[in-house]
Amino acid sequence: MKALVIAEHDNEALQAGTLNTVTAALQMADEVDLLVAGHGCAAVAAQAARVAGVTRVLHCEAPHYGEQLAEPLAALVCGIASGYTHLVAPAGVSGRNLMPRVAATLGVSQISGIVRVDAGDTFTRPIYAGNALATVQALDSRIVLTVRATAFAPAGGGAPVPVEPLAPAPDPALSRRLSRTLAGGDRPDLASARVVVSGGRALGSAENFGALLEPLAGCMGAALGASRAAVDAGYAGNDCQVGQTGRVVAPDLYIAVGISGAIQHLAGMKDSKVIVAINSDPDAPIFGVADYALVADLFDAVPALTHALKSRCIPP
Amino acid sequence: MKVLVAVKRVVDHHVKVRVLVDGSDVDVASAKMSVNPFDEIAVEEAVRLREAGLASEVLVVSCGVAACQDTLRAALAMGADRAVRVETDVALQPLAVARLLHALCLREQPGLVICGKQAIDDDAAQTGQMLAALLGWPQATNASRVTLTGGRVEVECGIDGGTEVLSLSLPAVLTTDLRLNEPRYASLPGMMKAKKKPLDTVTPAQLGVDVTPGLRTVRVAEPPVREPGVRVASVEQLLACLCGEGGALRGALP
Repeated sequence: MKALVIAEHDNEALQAGTLNTVTAALQMADEVDLLVAGHGCAAVAAQAARVAGVTRVLHCEAPHYGEQLAEPLAALVCGIASGYTHLVAPAGVSGRNLMPRVAATLGVSQISGIVRVDAGDTFTRPIYAGNALATVQALDSRIVLTVRATAFAPAGGGAPVPVEPLAPAPDPALSRRLSRTLAGGDRPDLASARVVVSGGRALGSAENFGALLEPLAGCMGAALGASRAAVDAGYAGNDCQVGQTGRVVAPDLYIAVGISGAIQHLAGMKDSKVIVAINSDPDAPIFGVADYALVADLFDAVPALTHALKSRCIPP
Repeated sequence: MKVLVAVKRVVDHHVKVRVLVDGSDVDVASAKMSVNPFDEIAVEEAVRLREAGLASEVLVVSCGVAACQDTLRAALAMGADRAVRVETDVALQPLAVARLLHALCLREQPGLVICGKQAIDDDAAQTGQMLAALLGWPQATNASRVTLTGGRVEVECGIDGGTEVLSLSLPAVLTTDLRLNEPRYASLPGMMKAKKKPLDTVTPAQLGVDVTPGLRTVRVAEPPVREPGVRVASVEQLLACLCGEGGALRGALP
């Protein structure tokens, strides 16, 4: 049993989810290789070589891998697939774009967003917005899957392993990237933040969303999230959406402000370690998953919380 | 240019599904069924392309039991021109659906295929990308804006932490994000017209496709339930819990 993990990166650094994916891969296979394909990504390959549990790093350089487009990457992965029993990627947008293309090219099924490895060929994953967990067995000879990073611990650091160059596959030249816009700024990314502050429709406007939640998030170094209702209403950007069809997060602390708690939203955050909900409706479903429930007007509670946090918890 | 749209009949998104006591599946026998919301967005986008004179025909396809006709009629009522149902009672998995769509694409020769980015039942998010692979076409997932220009298609795609704009050669496969458009409600005349629009049926065998599942469901279980939490009376009490011994914010602040 030998797994190939496809590293997610931006040519400068490994995305954190890759480390959790290595942990999952080590539970399904005895040996794990890590593929770093990109353009000018030698630093990523060097970083990948120090991930504990990895046997070797395959480093493939070519301009057509620079933008992590699915078509050239899938061609590369399929070209070396015969050496592996498992092909594995983090279940971020990039992996979810790539791995079905890999699987179909190889003529095998794909398993999306696993949260548990039950055996080398058997995995558990959420379905119906997390309202059920399906355990599925792959009947194909080669197994292609994506891993929900929040369900596995990140692999640690280790002594460097060999980095072997891999020859690029031809560029299918089917698509190209014209531009990329990353939101975020200096705020941590939703997927890797220890604390997430999320707002819902009750914020009432984009101005309120920013004015109330940004200071609260700022004083905790938290990422900002939003419910679909808040995103649809234009209070927050699309990339902030937490839920079944948005980002799945599991921070140490999730603070839901003015979010009622539709099942689609709960699907994206209910595995957070500690959940705080602030809502004026005592019957809001979000309170069903909250560790700490504060029934209050958010327009009073959030500024009070921000003020108290600034004065109280900051270490001397 | 013909546009092919794949639509799936799924449990309505308002229904909270229950796991069957024997753990074999979720109980969908009596659940209200609807068109997968992302697929409605795909139909809407295709109909808009035709209305803008950029597409000549919108063909909708659904794979499954006879009740999928309702799904197809709903798409026809929104403005699609023609429908094909692939008749099977096998519980289809994404690879099988992609292979069926592949066979239909070879027959129908569309210039663009639009799928929902995921179905809200199995949450797999695979079919569009698999179809693109089988056809050897480019793909763009999570599309929030689609522009046909100069024999190519420009697609704004949602990615982790932002957006990117891709330019694909045609033919291509796109999958839709929620932000792409707001699907119209079918009008009464639309629904009347839909009854007269052509709806053909083919079988996987006629398309030469083996739909045997590659994944076996071992069991389906309820997710773990979170321990009930506590109500706090004030911001002060909340902070005491978070910042106190063992609290989530203990030592976590910058």
